[in-house]
Amino acid sequence: MISLSHYLIVGAALFCLSVAGIFINRKNVIVLLMCIELMLLAVNLNFIAFSHFNQDIAGQVFVFFILTVAAAESAIGLAILVVLFRNRRSINVEDLDTLRG
Amino acid sequence: MLEQIIFYAFSALVVAAGAMVITLRNPVHAVLCLVVAFFASAGLWMLLEAEFLAITLVLVYVGAVMVLFMFVVMMLDINLAVLREGFAGYVPVALVFAVLMMVSIALVVGPKHFGLALFAAPLPHAADYNNTLALGRSLFAQFLLPFEAAAVVLLVAIIAAIALTLRPSRQTKAPKPERQVQVRRADRVRLVKDMDAEGTP
Amino acid sequence: MKELCLYIVLAPLLGALLAGLGGRAVGRAGSHWVTILGVGISFALSVVVFSRVVLGHEPPLNVNLYTWLGAGGVDFHVGFLIDQLTATMMVVVTFVSWMVHIYTVGYMHDDPGYQRFFSYIALFTFSMLMLVMANNFLQLFFGWEAVGVVSYLLIGFWYQRDTAIYANLKAFLVNRVGDFGFLLGIAAVLMSCGTLDYAAVFAKAPSLAETTITLWSGHPWSLMTVTCVLLFVGAMGKSAQVPLHVWLPDSMEGPTPISALIHAATMVTAGIFMVARMSPLFELSTTALSVVLVIGGITAFFMGLLALVQNDIKRVVAYSTLSQLGYMTAALGASAYSAAIFHLMTHAFFKALLFLAAGSVIIGMHHEQDMRKMGGLRKYLPITWLTSLVGSLALIGFPGTAGFFSKDAIIEAVKLSHTPGAAIGYAACLVSVFVTALYTFRLVFLVFHGQERMDHHTQEHLHESPAVVWVPLVALAIPSLVIGAIGVGPIIFGDYFGGSIFLNAAHLEANTELAGEFHGVTAIILHGLLQPPFWLAMAGVATAWLCYLKQPSIPARVGSALAPLRRILEAKYGFDTFNAWFFAGGARGVGWLLWRAGDVGLIDGVIVNGSARLVGWWSQVLRGLQSGYLYHYAFAMILGLLALLAVFVHKMPA
Repeated sequence: MISLSHYLIVGAALFCLSVAGIFINRKNVIVLLMCIELMLLAVNLNFIAFSHFNQDIAGQVFVFFILTVAAAESAIGLAILVVLFRNRRSINVEDLDTLRG
Repeated sequence: MLEQIIFYAFSALVVAAGAMVITLRNPVHAVLCLVVAFFASAGLWMLLEAEFLAITLVLVYVGAVMVLFMFVVMMLDINLAVLREGFAGYVPVALVFAVLMMVSIALVVGPKHFGLALFAAPLPHAADYNNTLALGRSLFAQFLLPFEAAAVVLLVAIIAAIALTLRPSRQTKAPKPERQVQVRRADRVRLVKDMDAEGTP
Repeated sequence: MKELCLYIVLAPLLGALLAGLGGRAVGRAGSHWVTILGVGISFALSVVVFSRVVLGHEPPLNVNLYTWLGAGGVDFHVGFLIDQLTATMMVVVTFVSWMVHIYTVGYMHDDPGYQRFFSYIALFTFSMLMLVMANNFLQLFFGWEAVGVVSYLLIGFWYQRDTAIYANLKAFLVNRVGDFGFLLGIAAVLMSCGTLDYAAVFAKAPSLAETTITLWSGHPWSLMTVTCVLLFVGAMGKSAQVPLHVWLPDSMEGPTPISALIHAATMVTAGIFMVARMSPLFELSTTALSVVLVIGGITAFFMGLLALVQNDIKRVVAYSTLSQLGYMTAALGASAYSAAIFHLMTHAFFKALLFLAAGSVIIGMHHEQDMRKMGGLRKYLPITWLTSLVGSLALIGFPGTAGFFSKDAIIEAVKLSHTPGAAIGYAACLVSVFVTALYTFRLVFLVFHGQERMDHHTQEHLHESPAVVWVPLVALAIPSLVIGAIGVGPIIFGDYFGGSIFLNAAHLEANTELAGEFHGVTAIILHGLLQPPFWLAMAGVATAWLCYLKQPSIPARVGSALAPLRRILEAKYGFDTFNAWFFAGGARGVGWLLWRAGDVGLIDGVIVNGSARLVGWWSQVLRGLQSGYLYHYAFAMILGLLALLAVFVHKMPA
C-alpha cells in the first residue's frame, strides 16, 4: 500500500530539487520563478496528501488558496520581469543590486 | 498493485521533470518540463482523490500560468550564455544542500512517523462521492471570508500587472489634474500695451 | 485681644499690598502714606498690647486662628502667642520700622523704585511680626523665610548694580545654609514631640532631656543637644554669627534705611529672639548653650576687630552690628536671656539710629560713603552729629545710656555663668568693649571732626538733611538714651518676662545672684564707673582720639608695623576667600566633574550618542549582509530552513 510517507517523500524530493535549482540557476530570474512554482507544487502535494489521509477537506481548500496566490504571484513576478527587461535589457540577477546596503 | 504502479510512475515522472526544469539550458524547454511536472502531479492528486484540484491544476496552471511563462520566455530576447555562466560551479554546492535537506526531511517524514501504522489509508470514497461539491461546501461556508480575500488578491494582482507593464501611449491625450491646479495667471494671460506708431501708449 | 493682634499683623500687610500693587492709582505720596499709616496703626496697637500684657500683667494669650493644614495626625496652625517677650519685640519692631518708614520718605526721595521700596519694607514689618507673634514652629519658619525673602529683595533693591545682585545672592545662599539647619531642627522637634506647638513642645521637652539618638552607629547623642544646635545653626545664619556672618557686611549694598531696619535692628535679631523663645529647650542642653556662648564670644571680638580697618561708613556700622549680635548670643549662651533681649532692644534703637545717621551723612555727602573723604561734618550736620554721638555713646556703653545697662548686664552674666566656655566668652566680651569704643569713635572722629577732606563741590552743597530725616533720628535718640535706665530694673532685676523665658534651677541661681545687687539705677551707674568695662571703653575712646584726631599718622605706622595682622583683617580672616575657594570652587569642581563624567560622558556619550553609535555600528555590520543579490537572500532562507529542520530532527521522538 502507498503510505502518507511515500507522498511526503515525493514532495520532499521535489522541494529539494527546486532548492538545488535556485542554487544552480542563480542568475536566471525566469528559472528562479519556475523553481518557486515547483516548490509550491511540492507543498501542495503535501497538503493534499495530508488532507486525504486525515480525511479533512480543509487541506484541499488550502491548496486552492495557494494556487490562487501562486497565480497572482507569477503574474506580478512576470510583469516585474517584463518591466525590468524593458529597462535593463537583462534579466541577470547580478545586475539587480540597486538595493545593496 | 495498480495503485502502486500508478504512484511510482507518476512520482518518477514528477521528479524527473523537476530535475529537467532545473538543469535544462533552454528556458523554453524548462517551461515544457514544468508542464510535464504539473501533469504528473495532477495524476498523483487524482490518486489522492482530489479530483477538482487536479483538474484545476491542469486547466489553470498549465493552461494559463504556464502559457504566460512561455510567452514571457519567448518574448524576451535573453542572452543565455551570460545566464549560464558559473552554472557548473554551483552544482556541487547545490547537491550538498539538496542532499542534506533531503536526508533530514526524510528523517522527519519517513515511514517511522508517517507510515501506515500511524496514518491508515482511508477507505476509497463511494462512487457517488462528489469532491467538487465537498470542496465547494467548505469553501463557500466555512472559508467564505478567505475566499473573498483571495478574490481581492487576484484583483490586485491583475491591476498591479497592468499598472506595471502599461506604457503610456504618446498619442493619448488626457488631462493632468496636478498641472491644472498649479496654473497661474501668468501662464495663461499676457498683458500687452496698446501702442500707436510713435511708441506712446 | 485676638482681634487686636490680627490688626497689628494685617495693617502693614494691607499697606504693602496697596503700595505694591496699587501702581499709579496710589502714587508715590499715596504709597508712603498707606504704609506709614499701616505701620503706625500697628505700632499704636502694639503699645496697647504691651501695656496690657507687660504693664497690666494680663495672662499670656495663646490662640490658634486658623488651621493651615493637617497631615498624618499633626495639625499646623496659624496662631498667636502674646507674652511679655513677644509684646516687647512687637513694640521694638513696629517702632523702629515706623521711624524707618518716615525716614525713607526723605532718603529715597528721588529714587524711581520709591513705591516698591515702601511695599517691601511694609511687607517686612508684616513678616517680622508673624515671626515674633508665632505660637508654633511652622509659623516661625514662615516668618523666618519671609523676612529672608524681603531682605533678599531689598539688598538687591538697586538691581542694576552688579555688586548689589551678588550681595543679595550671597545673603540668600548663606541664609540657606542656616535655614537648612533650622529646618532640620524643626524636623527634630516634630520627630521627638509629634507637634510643632510651642506650648506642647515646651511641656514635653523636659521628659526628653535624657533621650539620646544615634546619628551614626556607635555614637549616641543627646536629642536636645542635637535639636538645639540645629536650631542655633538657623540662628547663626539669620543673626550672622561666625562662620555664617559673611553675608551681613555685603548686605550694606541695600539702601541705608534697610541696613538700619533689617540688617541692624530687627531681622538679624530674629535668631536671638528665637533662641530666647526656645529657652525651655536650650536650658536642657548645656552643650548647646556652650556652643552658643563660644560662638557669640568669637563673633563679638573678631567682628569688632574687622570694623577697625573698614573705611566705608556703613560697613563699620555693619561690623559693629555683628559684634553686638555676638554679645547677645553670648548672653544667650550664659542663659541670660533677658539680658540678651534687653540688649536686642536697646541695640535696635541705637543701631537703627547710627545707621540712619550714617544715611543722613551719606545724603549730605551726595552718596559718598568713604570716611577718608569726610571729616569736620559737625558744623554742617549738627543734628546728625549730636544724634550719632548719642548713638555712639550708647554703643560703647557710656554710663547712663541704653547700651551701658544692657551690655553691662551681659558682661556680668557671662562672668557669673558656669556654662563651659564662659571664661573665653567673658574675655572676648571684655576686650570687645575696648575694640567697640575704638572703632565707634574712630568713625565719629573721622566723619564729624578733624580736617575736612571732601572735595570742593561737595563742601559747597553740604547742609543738614530735611525734617523727615532728622525727626526719626531724634525720635530714636531719645530711647537710645533713656530706655536702658527705664528697662534695667524690671528686665534684668525684676520678673519682667515672667513665664515667657524658662531657666533651669542652676541658671536661675546664677541669675538671682546677678539680680541681688540691684539698688537703683544711680547705684548701677556709680558701680559701673568702677568696673573694667567703663575704663576699657574710655581707653578705647582715648585711643581713637589719639590716633585719629591728635596724631593721624599713628594708624599708618601701627598698620605698617603689624602688616601681617592688618592683611588678615583686611582679608576679613579669609572667610570670603575660603568660601569662594572651598564651597563655590568645590561646588564648581563637583559640577564640572558631573558635567564631564555624568553629562558629557555618561548621558551624552554612552546613553544618547552611545546608543546612536551602537545602532550605527550594528547597522554597519548588517549593511554588509545586504548585498542586494537575490540569491544571497534565498540562501539565507534556505539556511534558516535547514536550521528549522535540524530542530525537528533533533526533537523527533526516538
